[in-house]
Amino acid sequence: MADFSTNRAIVFQRSLGYLAMILIVLVIGVPIFWMLSGSLKTTQEIYSTNIQWVPASPRWGNYADAWNAAPFERFYFNSILITALGSSLEIINATLTAYALAFLRFPGKNLIFVILLAALMIPAQVTILPNYVFFGSTVFDLIGESWINTYQAIILPGASVAFGTFLMRQSFLGLPREVIDAAKVDGAGHFRILRDVVLPMGKPVIVTFALISVVAKWNEYLWPLVITTTQEMRPLTVGISYLFDAEGNNAWGVIMAATFFVVFPLLVVFMFAQRFIIEGLTAGATKG
Amino acid sequence: MAEAGNSDTATIRGESIQIAKPKRNRNILSKEWVLFILFVGPNLFLFSLFSYWPMIENVRLSLQEWDLLSPTREFVGLENFRYLFTHDIFYTVLWNTFYFTVGSVGSSLILGLLIALLLNQKLRWRNTARAIVFSPYMISGAAIGIVWSYIFDPRYGLIAEMLGWFGINSPGWLNRPEWAMPAVIIVYVWKNLGFTSVIFLAGLQAIPQDLYDAAKVDGANVFWRFRTVTLPMLSPIAFFLVITSILSTFQSFDIIQIMTHGGPVDATNVLIYYVYEQGFVAFNAGRSAAAALVLFVLMMGITLIQLRYTEDKVYYG
Repeated sequence: MADFSTNRAIVFQRSLGYLAMILIVLVIGVPIFWMLSGSLKTTQEIYSTNIQWVPASPRWGNYADAWNAAPFERFYFNSILITALGSSLEIINATLTAYALAFLRFPGKNLIFVILLAALMIPAQVTILPNYVFFGSTVFDLIGESWINTYQAIILPGASVAFGTFLMRQSFLGLPREVIDAAKVDGAGHFRILRDVVLPMGKPVIVTFALISVVAKWNEYLWPLVITTTQEMRPLTVGISYLFDAEGNNAWGVIMAATFFVVFPLLVVFMFAQRFIIEGLTAGATKG
Repeated sequence: MAEAGNSDTATIRGESIQIAKPKRNRNILSKEWVLFILFVGPNLFLFSLFSYWPMIENVRLSLQEWDLLSPTREFVGLENFRYLFTHDIFYTVLWNTFYFTVGSVGSSLILGLLIALLLNQKLRWRNTARAIVFSPYMISGAAIGIVWSYIFDPRYGLIAEMLGWFGINSPGWLNRPEWAMPAVIIVYVWKNLGFTSVIFLAGLQAIPQDLYDAAKVDGANVFWRFRTVTLPMLSPIAFFLVITSILSTFQSFDIIQIMTHGGPVDATNVLIYYVYEQGFVAFNAGRSAAAALVLFVLMMGITLIQLRYTEDKVYYG
């Protein structure tokens, strides 16, 4: 009897659990689905007062219209360039700094570590105006031309890393000391230890940070918004925001298709790499 | 030094090795120093140029009046701060920041914990569910702001139509001062729920099973176990999440800029938006810098609280 009732309680509890899970997945998933379905709706379907979950006959033309409404090939080029260069610089900086902090001797090393960590506390928002002034006036005074609306101005302020350095340093310090000592005994210099021992063994954390960095660069908004002044220099995020301001609430189908252009590459990355990203962020949080 | 070393070697055998070693060491050391500077230098240089220097520059700007264009900047002392603290708009902005922060941090923490507790059960598909819940965190805030503007559309949006099922007239959401902030908070929570729940989940999975077993032996029921084991064990993570969430809501810009532009009638104008608006829309560099400084002091205070609290618990070395 007792067994029977606890079994029933467990079944009941399980069902409740699945129900809650379905509810949560719906709440999170429906807006994404709504974007996809909206991007395929005809104007008539969008401005009908009945919910149309799936468009009766998908209007792929929204994507063509969106692509022609703004220079999206240019936006893509800019986003890819900014992300590729920005993330590469971040990854290189983080790896080298972490290696130095973990394995090289230097007077006042801890102070340098603290200086790097403290930079985490400086919000980008406090630095945007001074950095804007820097690329405008200071650079102009130095070399006779302003760097506002250039790729270097979009990329450089984001090329230094604190979070990634911290993440990698922790992981490098956890590498088995014997392997590194063995390499040293074999006469390996620091470049070889870095290339043959630390990079291969530290690959998981480097990949994780690379993914986090790529996502952050791709989604960056405020800085590219203020430092770019012409359409040709804007990344996707800023590009669609201007398109949205211009087209507003009059063309939801086209706007949803344009939004999909921004979201799509990241959703693909996420499908393949979600485990790495989640684990990386979790490690950063539970250790930090 | 050398003499002392020599006098030491006079009494001890094998002294030549003792002397030679530090010499070779110093050689290696100086090589390592060069390498260290090469490796750390670029990162440190970029930080100095684009993080630390701007902080000082920001203080200077906050004491000036400048429209970002004219060749001369006028020193005005504390005038910008006086302006901020004697005008209602700044108090509105501070209140909005508080409202937005408490609303979104509170909701995403409570809901995140509930989701984590759920996904910690042995349910099939829970990893898929975790991935789906996490996915909005990866999506650009700009894109999310646009999609949710459509969802909140007062006539043809999803929410209006769903409320219609129950015969409820949808409020104007983004067009109404009293509804705009709740709408923005909903979107922000929707985006960040994945992060809080995934971190909470990791915290839950780190709690040793023995603790629960022991509590069970003592006859503790589910709620009692939650109160005496789960909550205390989770408190450091919860604290970490509170602080990081507060800091990230302070910096949350894209969703607000796209959905409301700080409006209607400044109902969603938070500090970070105000900094942007004064600097890059009104071209009032001094006022923008002064507001940014206030934002920075607030963030600094919160970070210091975190540092003090986590000092004993986290080993950085």
